[in-house]
Amino acid sequence: MKELRLMKGNEAMAEAMIRAGYDGYFGYPITPQSEVMEYLQAERPMERTGMVVLQAESEVASINMLYGGAGSGKNVVTSSSSPGISLMQEGLSYIAGAELPCLVINVQRGGPGLGDIQPAQADYFQAVKGGGHGDYKLIVIAPASVQESSDFVKLALELSNKYRNPVMILTDGAIGQMMEKVELFPQQPRWTIEEIREKKPWATFGKPADGERRIITSLDLLPEKLEAHNTHLQEKYRTIEKNEVRYEEIMCEDAEYIFVAYGLASRICQKTIQLLREKGIKVGIIRPITLYPFPKDILKSYASKVNGFFVVEMNAGQMVEDVQLAVECKEKVSFYGRTGGVLPTPEEVMEAFEKSFK
Amino acid sequence: MYTELIKPENLVYTKTKVMTDKELSYCPGCGHGTAHRIIMEVIEEMGIQGETIGVAPVGCSVLAYEFMNIDVQQAAHGRAPALATAIKRLWPEKYVFTYQGDGDLAAIGTAETIHACNRGENIVIVFINNGIYGMTGGQMAPTTLPNMKSSTSPYGRDETEMGHPLKMTELVANLPGVYYVTRQAVHKPSHVRKAKKAIRKAFENTAKKTGVSFVEIVSNCNSGWKMRPTDANQWMEDNMFPYYPLGDIKVDGLFVNK
Amino acid sequence: MTEEIIIAGFGGQGVLSMGKILAYSGVMQEQEVSWMPSYGPEMRGGTANVTVIISDERISSPTLKKYDTAILLNQQSMDKFEETVKPGGLLLYDPNGITRHPKRTDITIYKVEAAAEAAKMRAPKTFNMVVLGAYLKIKPIVKMENVNKGLKKSLPERHHHMIPMNEDAIRQGEKIVELVQEV
Repeated sequence: MKELRLMKGNEAMAEAMIRAGYDGYFGYPITPQSEVMEYLQAERPMERTGMVVLQAESEVASINMLYGGAGSGKNVVTSSSSPGISLMQEGLSYIAGAELPCLVINVQRGGPGLGDIQPAQADYFQAVKGGGHGDYKLIVIAPASVQESSDFVKLALELSNKYRNPVMILTDGAIGQMMEKVELFPQQPRWTIEEIREKKPWATFGKPADGERRIITSLDLLPEKLEAHNTHLQEKYRTIEKNEVRYEEIMCEDAEYIFVAYGLASRICQKTIQLLREKGIKVGIIRPITLYPFPKDILKSYASKVNGFFVVEMNAGQMVEDVQLAVECKEKVSFYGRTGGVLPTPEEVMEAFEKSFK
Repeated sequence: MYTELIKPENLVYTKTKVMTDKELSYCPGCGHGTAHRIIMEVIEEMGIQGETIGVAPVGCSVLAYEFMNIDVQQAAHGRAPALATAIKRLWPEKYVFTYQGDGDLAAIGTAETIHACNRGENIVIVFINNGIYGMTGGQMAPTTLPNMKSSTSPYGRDETEMGHPLKMTELVANLPGVYYVTRQAVHKPSHVRKAKKAIRKAFENTAKKTGVSFVEIVSNCNSGWKMRPTDANQWMEDNMFPYYPLGDIKVDGLFVNK
Repeated sequence: MTEEIIIAGFGGQGVLSMGKILAYSGVMQEQEVSWMPSYGPEMRGGTANVTVIISDERISSPTLKKYDTAILLNQQSMDKFEETVKPGGLLLYDPNGITRHPKRTDITIYKVEAAAEAAKMRAPKTFNMVVLGAYLKIKPIVKMENVNKGLKKSLPERHHHMIPMNEDAIRQGEKIVELVQEV
């Protein structure tokens, strides 16, 4: 029996955390994502699954609670919005360096600085290029609906553990605040101690009587050893790039122009391509679902087939650079974006497209 | 001639197995080694080596995990209480402690310290206070004494400009989430014995789930203070102890009357 | 079928919850729905609006510039959203407090004296349900049985005793809605 609900993106992610079997949530309130912790607290997750929920004193504390929790072998998650995610960057670098699986959700808002609380996509660079110090990558997934907001919370648990790597869900205030129909997945059990022991032998939950103690650290004072660790990380990232690229093609079969947009912007563009197709202009969309690893190959494969790419983002132009790199400048790549939390309308996107490719 | 003496029946002391065989990286005369040892001895005596998770700081003891033969996480600077909070909440039956210096606990990590204490996390916080930043080369710490020289207060700590030495231990004692607060030292055998008792009490407390047990160890830094080890210990007694008096401040949730 | 609706009025008029009940009714008949509120400081006492889309197909943009239907419940909303109704579309409004009535001649216009009716029923909080009833009379896009289910789903359990009162208000809205102009 399908379990259908009408939920906000933020609520759906919170419910998904309980259902996916996360062991702990640590967070600090910030608009437009405070419903995540509000929903969790109201649901009494400790009674439902034994999941710990704790309101930390700051985002800095939250991410370091994740570091502690993930290092001890538990599946942990936090959520925040842009300014809070900036505060977490140091911790994320440690987590990536120590190769700890966990989930960080960024419900983006307008920036820079305190900005505003309206939806934006201006944290793309921060999310996909590293964000904190050192050479590291997060696996970055971008939902475009409330359904995906729920599903990706579960996917993140799998991916983060598969690669011992932090995963970020990069969404925005609009998807967080809007309600849509969502089919909830069934309750998954939390990992047992036996499973943790088997799947995370590196975790610090007490030295085994018959084995070596475990150390979680990102420190290595010998340059050659640290370089070897970096090489290992880079090899892991190449594997992730090979295995985990996800994207959606919408009406691309006969397309002469391809829109590239993710998250809410991709939804707006779907309306735009309907309007353009009504005018007889053949357009399609490639929607990156994973922003890292970026779906370069599919974009490249269209480079010689279409007349141009049109990138739409809720920022001043960030992902467009990755699109340009992917198509190796073989075709014209144009960009349209709105910033500061202003949502582009399907009509203005159409006008901008027509201006670029007339 | 010594071989005749090396017999099991003559053995009076042995290094705890809960310390690794790795040579300590601390300066000769530094209190860290002793502080490490007494914690590890308590863990051995309580039989909780497999049940204990330590959290190491940033500072001289960043490499504490090299010497402690237990599961350890090395935290970002100042965040050890946040890590410990999560580990203890997610593994409520385990023993979790942080080991932090004065820069880590009382400067960059003040918020994490205060809030972990205020939530009454069932953890042990061991606070090593030597009044200076040792690892980075002798800069001023939040606990540097008035008029005390450091590389960033070369003419002495001017309290009107640089603030006053922070008594974190007295500060956290006021929080209802904190159950046991004591200030100890490890520079003489009698102090080591007392400090070890305090550590033992702190670990036993956390099993009772009564809140934070906070053990400050006033220690030396002969390198940072630029003194010979024996002089440093004397200077500590003459200058640090009057400002940071030794003894229990709060026991079983109640302030100790002095 | 795709119906794209904007509902706008004062914060506290039940604009968002009316949209939510409509959207939940759509979920109950297994349609695709989206409910996109204006959020933030403007919600606290000022104007509030919500875009509701109900469709048989996957919904593209949850935010729009043109709507099939605008349900406008104060003057500010009338000023802002009258122009956003697609030609041939529907505008439904409550004349209470309206000093500048709609001028468009290329759209169908209905009015419902919902505030007055809710006051008469001594249930001012059911104002939004009177409006919902009026709308569903004009465009029965969701079945009444599904509206009832939607009400149950979107109201917290402690408010379930108020469901019959809300259902009365919906029926009242159906009765009193008036055609102003048809295209």
